[in-house]
Amino acid sequence: MTFLVPLPVVIPLLGAALTLMMARRPAIQRTVSLTALVATLAVSSMLLALTVTEGPQVVAVGGWPPPLGIVLIADKLAALMLVVSTAVTLCVLVYSIGQGSADGDEETPMSVYHPTYLALTAGVTNAFLSGDLFNLYVGFEILLVASYVLLTLGSTENRIRAGTTYVVVSLLSSVIFLSALGLVYGATGTLNMAQLAGRFDELPDNLRLLLQGMLLLAFGIKAAVFPLGAWLPDSYPTAPAPVTAVFAGLLTKVGVYAIIRTETLLFPDGRIGDVLLVISLLTMVIGILGAVAQSDIKRLLSFTLISHIGYMLFGVALATEAGLSAAIFYIAHHITIQTTLFLAAGLVERRGGSTALERLGGLGKIAPVLAVLFFIPALNLAGIPPFSGYLGKLGLLQAGVDASGPLVWAVVAGGVLTSLLTLYAIGRVWNLAFWRTPHPDMPRDDADFDGGAMLPKLMVAPTIALVAFSVALTVVAGPLFAVTSEAAADLITRTPYIEAVFPDGAP
Amino acid sequence: MIPNLVYVVVVGVLIGAGVTLLLERTLTRVLIGVVLVGNGVNVLILTGSEFGTPPIVGETPEDGMSDPLPQAMILTAIVITLGITAFLLALAYRSQQLLGHDEVQDDAEDRRIIDLAERDEGPDAKENGDDGLPHPVYHCAPGKEGR
Repeated sequence: MTFLVPLPVVIPLLGAALTLMMARRPAIQRTVSLTALVATLAVSSMLLALTVTEGPQVVAVGGWPPPLGIVLIADKLAALMLVVSTAVTLCVLVYSIGQGSADGDEETPMSVYHPTYLALTAGVTNAFLSGDLFNLYVGFEILLVASYVLLTLGSTENRIRAGTTYVVVSLLSSVIFLSALGLVYGATGTLNMAQLAGRFDELPDNLRLLLQGMLLLAFGIKAAVFPLGAWLPDSYPTAPAPVTAVFAGLLTKVGVYAIIRTETLLFPDGRIGDVLLVISLLTMVIGILGAVAQSDIKRLLSFTLISHIGYMLFGVALATEAGLSAAIFYIAHHITIQTTLFLAAGLVERRGGSTALERLGGLGKIAPVLAVLFFIPALNLAGIPPFSGYLGKLGLLQAGVDASGPLVWAVVAGGVLTSLLTLYAIGRVWNLAFWRTPHPDMPRDDADFDGGAMLPKLMVAPTIALVAFSVALTVVAGPLFAVTSEAAADLITRTPYIEAVFPDGAP
Repeated sequence: MIPNLVYVVVVGVLIGAGVTLLLERTLTRVLIGVVLVGNGVNVLILTGSEFGTPPIVGETPEDGMSDPLPQAMILTAIVITLGITAFLLALAYRSQQLLGHDEVQDDAEDRRIIDLAERDEGPDAKENGDDGLPHPVYHCAPGKEGR
């Protein structure tokens, strides 16, 4: 069944080529992209089932045996990330189709949108599946270049300004990543991750620390970790709602995934765990303080996104099985929730005409469905029991308490504080946008609204689906935690990954 | 392996000059900076590889062959840099079309929040005294447009 492994990359790329050829036939484009993503989701689910029952699945691309060729490898972590991310991308695609057909295509030219969106998906899946550092770089570049195009769609003044910052910062991180690759290759003579795991153990300590630092810096920019994350709230909110949603859900998490993969596989000694702890604390607290200060829903959500990256980093910094397991669970939860919230914010923008809090009000009375769609993921994000956000945070804090130590206690306290402040920030949005008397400028009903229906069914349905998915994550939290702790155990022992690539031992 | 000093100096100069240009505000200069840094990193990858005869099996003895993998990686990196350079040029051109210049601007929302903080009226101010009057909307801080 290893032929399944490359399919999550190949199917979206094929779909991207087809949709590009069909640029003048929107109906065919929509069918092709939907089919491609449904197929990718099906394949990813099969891969997850396979990795849980049979262990990591490996494919040597082009038949070149490792370490000569590039390997794609799906272990439990990668397969889980694949399933969650494709499910989310599929929902966002349906949402954007709904938005496109309701709006007309002036702001978002759909003929470019579909191929780029599929290329973005291929980049994300490639990064998840890659068993080779250079291929990981290529995956990052595919998704970044696609994201440059999506962010500047329609090339309005605002998007050009936001796009410039985003492109330049991303380029910087790519350059750092690439030079780290050059140095890694010069030092070890390989870029195959399974082989690197052994070779890194033989390097002198200071050299390893340098390489680790460079890789962390590159991934930290992509993951928007504290001192490196200032680009995110400036660039994300200006994009079209579905684009912001998918970026918020996936792109930073790919960075976090890369951090988890390299920290556990290549640098397992956890020497800079303390540094990571401090960074995670600062990311959480400073991110959420930024969110509290915002007066626009999309920007506020961008800051909560940065802040909650800190939780995942906390799990990585602990480098215990419980910590990693909770971090993986938290990533799955956060991809879903953050995307849902941005989709809901897109609906708020449609219904209320703005996402600025001062121009909204009374949405709870005017649009009760929308209010529910915002309320559930909002509580989930803040970590109110019994939702998955609560379970994820509980798992992380529990892992922190088990590890103990003054620094860990500080981060645990910071985590609780961040959770409370998230509740405050979200509660503020709720009070200002959904309660109060309705703002006089807001459109009353469909007749007032010049763009057709105010809340098109095709936009509401995927949002409902994602809310349902996030609730489902809560319901299956038990089995899911079992999978994530197995994935974490595999990450810590490293042998399942290495033996899957080199059954006879690494050369 | 001891790297060639000339290469190391070239890498240093290219990346140093590139970073200096990256810190500029004009997008065209940033673009040239990106190209310089990109090339600097390409040379850096080359510095870490082994030099020798052309890597063609059967033509040259296998001991003295140069390592082909870094060259393949550099080729990939060059293609990626090419695409991104084209995209950045398009961005700079579009910026020139829209604004008449291609300088990277401050975030309007950031400036607005700073401005509100200076006037000491956050977005919550309206909550306390909802007088039904239209609330002023600042698109950007007065007097800071050209920055």
